[in-house]
Amino acid sequence: MTGKLRRLLLARRGGASWHWTDVASYAYLALGVLLMFGPVLWLALSSFKTPAALLEFPPSLLPMAQSEVSVPGYPQPLPLFQVTMEDGSVRELAQVRRVGIVAQMVDPAAPGQTIRVPADRRTPVRHMALAVENYTDPLTQFDFLRFLRNSLVVTVVATIITLIINSMAAYALSVYEFRGKSVAMLGVIGTLMIPITIILAPVYLVVTKLGFVDSLWAVILPGAATPTGVFLLRQYMLTIPRDLIEAARMDKASEWRIYARIVMPLSMPALAVLAIFSVMWRWNEFLWPLAVLTKTEVHTLPIALNAFQGELQTQWHYLLAMTVVTLLPVALVFAFLQRFITSGIANTGMK
Amino acid sequence: MTDTMRTHGAPARGPSAAAAAVTTGSANALMRLTDPPMRAVQRLIGAARMPYIFLLPNLLFFGLFVFLPIGINIVFSVTGGTGLFPSERPYVGAEHYARLLDCGSYLEAGSCREDLFWRGVGNTLTFTVFQMVAMVLFSLITALVLNRPIRGRGFFRAVYFFPVLLSPVVVALIWKWILQRDGLLNAVLTTAGGEKILFFVDPGWAMFWAVFVSVWAHMGFYTLILLAGLQAIPRDVYEAAEMDGTRPWRVFHRITLPLLWPNLLVVLVLVLIRSVQVFDEVFVLTGGGPGTATMMVVQYIYTTAFANQVQNFGLAGAASVLLGAVLFVLTLIQLFLTRRRAS
Amino acid sequence: MAGLELRGIRKDYGSTAVLKGIDLSIADGEFVVFVGPSGCGKSTLLRVIAGLETVTAGDISIDGAEVTRTAASDRGLAMVFQSYALYPHMTVHQNMSFALENMGIAKAEIAARVDRAARMLRLTDYLQRRPAALSGGQRQRVAIGRAIVRDPKIFLFDEPLSNLDAELRVATRKELAALHAEIGGTMIYVTHDQVEAMTLADRIVVLNGGRIEQIGTPLELYNRPANLFVAGFIGSPRMNLLPTELVRGEAAGPAATLGIRPEHVEPCQEADADLTVRIDLVEQLGGETFLYATGPNDIPLTIRCDGQSRLVRGDLLPVRLRRDHLHRFDAAGLACRSEPLPARSPS
Repeated sequence: MTGKLRRLLLARRGGASWHWTDVASYAYLALGVLLMFGPVLWLALSSFKTPAALLEFPPSLLPMAQSEVSVPGYPQPLPLFQVTMEDGSVRELAQVRRVGIVAQMVDPAAPGQTIRVPADRRTPVRHMALAVENYTDPLTQFDFLRFLRNSLVVTVVATIITLIINSMAAYALSVYEFRGKSVAMLGVIGTLMIPITIILAPVYLVVTKLGFVDSLWAVILPGAATPTGVFLLRQYMLTIPRDLIEAARMDKASEWRIYARIVMPLSMPALAVLAIFSVMWRWNEFLWPLAVLTKTEVHTLPIALNAFQGELQTQWHYLLAMTVVTLLPVALVFAFLQRFITSGIANTGMK
Repeated sequence: MTDTMRTHGAPARGPSAAAAAVTTGSANALMRLTDPPMRAVQRLIGAARMPYIFLLPNLLFFGLFVFLPIGINIVFSVTGGTGLFPSERPYVGAEHYARLLDCGSYLEAGSCREDLFWRGVGNTLTFTVFQMVAMVLFSLITALVLNRPIRGRGFFRAVYFFPVLLSPVVVALIWKWILQRDGLLNAVLTTAGGEKILFFVDPGWAMFWAVFVSVWAHMGFYTLILLAGLQAIPRDVYEAAEMDGTRPWRVFHRITLPLLWPNLLVVLVLVLIRSVQVFDEVFVLTGGGPGTATMMVVQYIYTTAFANQVQNFGLAGAASVLLGAVLFVLTLIQLFLTRRRAS
Repeated sequence: MAGLELRGIRKDYGSTAVLKGIDLSIADGEFVVFVGPSGCGKSTLLRVIAGLETVTAGDISIDGAEVTRTAASDRGLAMVFQSYALYPHMTVHQNMSFALENMGIAKAEIAARVDRAARMLRLTDYLQRRPAALSGGQRQRVAIGRAIVRDPKIFLFDEPLSNLDAELRVATRKELAALHAEIGGTMIYVTHDQVEAMTLADRIVVLNGGRIEQIGTPLELYNRPANLFVAGFIGSPRMNLLPTELVRGEAAGPAATLGIRPEHVEPCQEADADLTVRIDLVEQLGGETFLYATGPNDIPLTIRCDGQSRLVRGDLLPVRLRRDHLHRFDAAGLACRSEPLPARSPS
């Protein structure tokens, strides 16, 4: 049994014996898991801590809170401690107050008598406590739902527009021969070289002229036409047999119908890859929304998070919880579509 | 949902079938809506001119939000004042460029008239150099390890890759939380007997963590590209080398590296292009501080155009044009390399 | 159903001329086969008729109406592609009804037409399947069904049987012939397989190098090839071609080359022989035997004999060429005939 387990755990692929490079590889990977997953796990754990627990140093690993107990005669619940008494016995006492190095404590079972204990003799009694209010409070206090909704609207609408107009352009550039095709291709390649970072102000001007400032359209529209999307779809559409398109023409289909009923359904794998990427881009987009969305009502999640970390320096408990919420959809998408995404990236070299 | 499926005569096969039925249903509705006008257009202009119709929306977007802004940017860079619309802006010629480039010594940012711009350039250069080295090194090592016959390769690949998908803001906040004064890292340091370090108060540490966090966030992407390159190297090449009794280091040096070189080159240039434009993570992580120790060029442009009391689109425009020129050259190199890799 | 008229069709790709002037008229209800070696332009000609390629010069009319500039989708023709070009994301039913939906035909009518075609092609049980779940022969029938439901003016077939295995090809060939007999549409069929051409066609158009070499019924082409190309192309094994002077008593006259089909070469007594050949290879097919032999001057000669043969490699065999089946060609390769030739398009 143990032999079997040993073999299962230790056997290398191919069954050859262990070499120091194998040990080093697994050590590297283990360190990688710690370094890559650790921070996110730490964020998730921290997001369930109460503000008091967050202030603790050194911090506890799990979200803990000090147990409290209501003692007759005291209006507030009192914190519970384990105290090592002078005779070496250990008692659970509630603390009334602390004066310097001496704590005044009572036994909850016998509240009449106050016991004085040196402060360094006590350790807090703690239990695991998930501060779910970190997640629920922002919903009521900060219009968090609005930011979530803004992010959702931007992501969904922008992705739909991107899929439609990019696939149309890709269809034109893959199925037809026409005058000006190479110029159009050059134009698409040209936009690849112009990141939004260097045309922030002029795009802001255009968006202002169009009357979109401080509306979600200002975020949705400028990035809707993506050169990477056009390239990805075009490459895929080029692999659709010409015969199918000609057969559709013989079947009296209009060009629009060929696009919508033949080429689009057949390009589903590429469209899915682009959709996933578009969702990621839009959900995470930061610099442009930061520049163009000045009113709080139209903030998307990343912008709201950034604003919070500026304003609410001390309210880490809310910030951490909202960060988790922002991260969650992406984590879910990744968990389900991991293989799809990684092979998509490996094949296209885009992100 | 069931009704939709029935009308399409498709047998119900769980939620995916239902979803498919709904998609086809809405696609059909969309088709009924769009087909008649598009058919009319085709009758009007002829099938041979239809590609222009298909190209139109995308090119309209490109024109409005890329090509037109490039033009406006150039106009911004040669006009002054605080107005947003070119009509409100007086022509100032090369004044902004002159101001940006006016330096006593290019090696000393303090001697420049726009010292913030040059600090940004210097910081971006430092960031780029360290980030490139670290990024390429770690993604190469990771790719090489993942290319070995290890158990659970898919899992490990996913582990290294998933931060790529995280929002830069999320990435920065995760690390900010760990690196803060009473954070996890300082807890580990003090338990190990060390002292607390105020990472974001020390310029050196701030830059280190800026580089570290961006490598953490993006190395998975480059690892994937390199891994794809490694897996494209035929097995029999290695087997031949093994038959020849080649030592492992020599195999790496004489076989793996040369065959991987095209991919490595693409990764190098991609890292370069992206790190020249770095902004999001660093901005949220350090805010450009302490002081201006981690303020990058893009942050300078953003601040000059949007965040300052006086919005100086002219100066930001001129800086953008300069940055754009650098990126243009780098992208040309990338396209050249990609094409060479493809052929 | 309709007739088709082609006048002076030329098609250039850049500086390469693929069709060098094609004149052809096809009658209503006719089954015409374009045959020729690969690269002869037969597929291009079909695609020009379909409207999938534009012409460089010339014009096309269908039923008397000029359609040279009309888009493929408006010509009212149906085509069966070599690859079948079935829409992989649609079921058989959807594949067959797609064109009808495009034409705006009522749902009930579509269902009726698809049902009828499916019954005719024995596809009724497969209507809800996708093409990937069908055998090669079934896909083939779907492709034909997609054309039939349209009730098109003309059916176009681009080498439709070339992706089937030998047995299925023979079976489908017969079905196609039966189909034509049943629905009687005008059909144009491209193939490089002369057996398909011979068995299916009302008329065969032999193409070579972008020109029509000869047009005629299968037996006309077989019995009276207009030139050396057709003589060599139609018939399997190929017609034997011999320099005239090799054959005793044939030296005089304008003919430079003599052609004789393998079945018209007969083993005979030494005294009656036109030539004596040495056997190189004997192919026994049971019911018939092919002898591959070498004559004087290393001229190859193929002989077809009924039944089985005792000859072996190396045997010498005196043979006689049946004079009534001798084809004579002049130095330019044209058949020597008193009457004018039916077709050799002017260049």
